[in-house]
Amino acid sequence: MSEIITYREAIRAAIQEAMKSDERVFLMGEDVGRYGGSYAVSMGLLEQFGSERIIDTPLSESGFTGAGIGAAINGMRPIVEIMTVNFSFLALDQIINNAATMLYMSGGQFNVPVVIRMATGGGNQLGSQHSHSLEGWYAHITGLKILTPATVQDAYDMLGLALKDPDPVLIFEHALLYNNKGELDKQAVPIPIGKASVRRMGKDITIITYGISLFKSLEAAEILSKEGIEAEVIDLRSLRPMDDETIINSVRKTHRILIVDEGWKSGGISAEIMARINELAFYELDAPMQRVCSVEVPFPYAHHLEQAVLPQVEKIVAAGHKLMEEL
Amino acid sequence: MQIDIKQARSYYRQMLLIRRFEEKCMELYGYELIRGFLHLYIGEEAIAVGVMDAADAADAVITTYRDHGQALARGIEPKAIMAELFGKLEGCSRGRGGSMHLFDAKTRFYGGIAIVAGGLPIALGMALADKMMKRDRVTICFFGEGAVAEGEFHESLNLAVLWKLPVLFVCENNLYAMGTALECSESEQNIAKKASAYNISATQVDGMDVFAVAKSAKDAIAQIKKNNSPVFIECLTYRFRAHSMFDAELYRDKAEVENWKQKDPLIVLKKKLEATASGSQLGEDELEKEIALVIEEAVEFAKNGTLESVADLEKFVYSPKVQQ
Ligand SMILES: Cc1ncc(C[n+]2csc(CCOP(=O)(O)OP(=O)(O)O)c2C)c(N)n1
Repeated sequence: MSEIITYREAIRAAIQEAMKSDERVFLMGEDVGRYGGSYAVSMGLLEQFGSERIIDTPLSESGFTGAGIGAAINGMRPIVEIMTVNFSFLALDQIINNAATMLYMSGGQFNVPVVIRMATGGGNQLGSQHSHSLEGWYAHITGLKILTPATVQDAYDMLGLALKDPDPVLIFEHALLYNNKGELDKQAVPIPIGKASVRRMGKDITIITYGISLFKSLEAAEILSKEGIEAEVIDLRSLRPMDDETIINSVRKTHRILIVDEGWKSGGISAEIMARINELAFYELDAPMQRVCSVEVPFPYAHHLEQAVLPQVEKIVAAGHKLMEEL
Repeated sequence: MQIDIKQARSYYRQMLLIRRFEEKCMELYGYELIRGFLHLYIGEEAIAVGVMDAADAADAVITTYRDHGQALARGIEPKAIMAELFGKLEGCSRGRGGSMHLFDAKTRFYGGIAIVAGGLPIALGMALADKMMKRDRVTICFFGEGAVAEGEFHESLNLAVLWKLPVLFVCENNLYAMGTALECSESEQNIAKKASAYNISATQVDGMDVFAVAKSAKDAIAQIKKNNSPVFIECLTYRFRAHSMFDAELYRDKAEVENWKQKDPLIVLKKKLEATASGSQLGEDELEKEIALVIEEAVEFAKNGTLESVADLEKFVYSPKVQQ
């Protein structure tokens, strides 16, 4: 049985269910309780579960993220909420030097089953310290798993999967997705971590994307379709591990690749995807791969500038045309 | 108590300017002429005005995302700030910064840092540079009490004292960090006392009283220059409005807010004057009129401003090529 709810409500429902079914699960972060969450994800949870399991923390990202890692090592299943990816940099030491390495450097003795959620992405005119999409950059770090739910179903499923995972999982929620409505079927079998999803079938080009860019890509695919170009759209869902198989199968089918990512190009996840295709299926390509990413500037405040920075449907359509020009 | 009426009038004017400017901002936000995050300073005006009175033009200022008050009190033109909020090229940050990132080289205003506690280490470095170059100036660093829980706060205080840096730390303790009340975030709620652990001279001052803030800031700056060491002031204050434009204010009582409004810095100043012979000389109506005009001009200026060309989008990611 499915229902139509928002992305925000889906995450909240997943937290509620996890907390009801597993007493080791708790939520911790700035303003998750009394304030109701900076993006209102945890609204009402304090009343439902009490302040021992919905923990308001001071502004101490390194401290409470580290505490989440410590609690995870010691038998709990913490969900750490960091308001936005920009603030997670105050906790980088804990995430990269501790969470990502502990299992390996302890010779397999201590795994870190912590889940760290944070908002990411631009489009709200929040300027250069609140808008960046740096999930691709986190995907550089081995030892972490990086999830980027785009759909309401994934927002729900991924939190549950992350909590069941024995290793540190970071979930990146695009700030503009929270109000998105979509279908949620709680009974559906979740697609495992590390599997991509083909969201639209096509034979002419493949658009590889994730997060909010999925919706822009799907919109572009409809426009291209009217012109007779059928795009296959792959939602990566997980940037680490990445589903090479689904990507390469599509390369073999369409031979033309376009990557859409709100991150920057240089050293970004889009570059990584290209490198993999190069390594695994170079001779399948009929045209140079294309990318639509954010312009490489810190995000500006002014609306028209910010929109010029972001990947847009028109830019995706134009890149699609370019791909088809090459014979 | 003796009050210099000219001084009082100037304080009142500046505080009123901030108040009316921000009320206008709220209104314009409703019309979607201002977007993004907008954090209002209303209720806290006495701090910026008092501290800036103590500051020299050569001193540097660095603050947080709640920066309109300090920017106005520092003397950045209201129209340049308004244009910034409109995202226009004529804004003090070319429309690229917005409300949270006001910058102005002329007045040595270094932002507008929107990462809590992110400004403190920068203030240290600025002061370190002044010290190394033997320049007799101070760096003034504003931050909320929320920053006190961050590691950067502690690292900065320790280093400032250890290296004897000319920094004036101004903690604006408005009792809430978004929805988190002081008692939910601090093991020791007397911030000045907490700071003292770093062996810094630290005092609490009534942040609703502009005279008290100004006196304490002047004393502090004199002390910094005399002793070659940082000073810490905790200003006790309250924000009358929501944290930003997206805050349902579930975490505090309406009655508590109303109670604090009795201590409105504008009212406090007026009452002080009324208790003296100069009570009638404030000329409030005149000031209101003058400020209304300033704000109207600022809004017109902002409305008529230009949008930066998209062709210049990548300008200033790196420094422009130096002309040979
Ligand atoms: C490192 C970091 N974490 C979280 C935030 C989100 N945030 C913005 S303002 C704020 C509250 C800060 O309170 P305080 O320092 O007391 O200043 P006030 O807003 O009361 O002026 C929070 C949590 C941020 N900007 N930076």
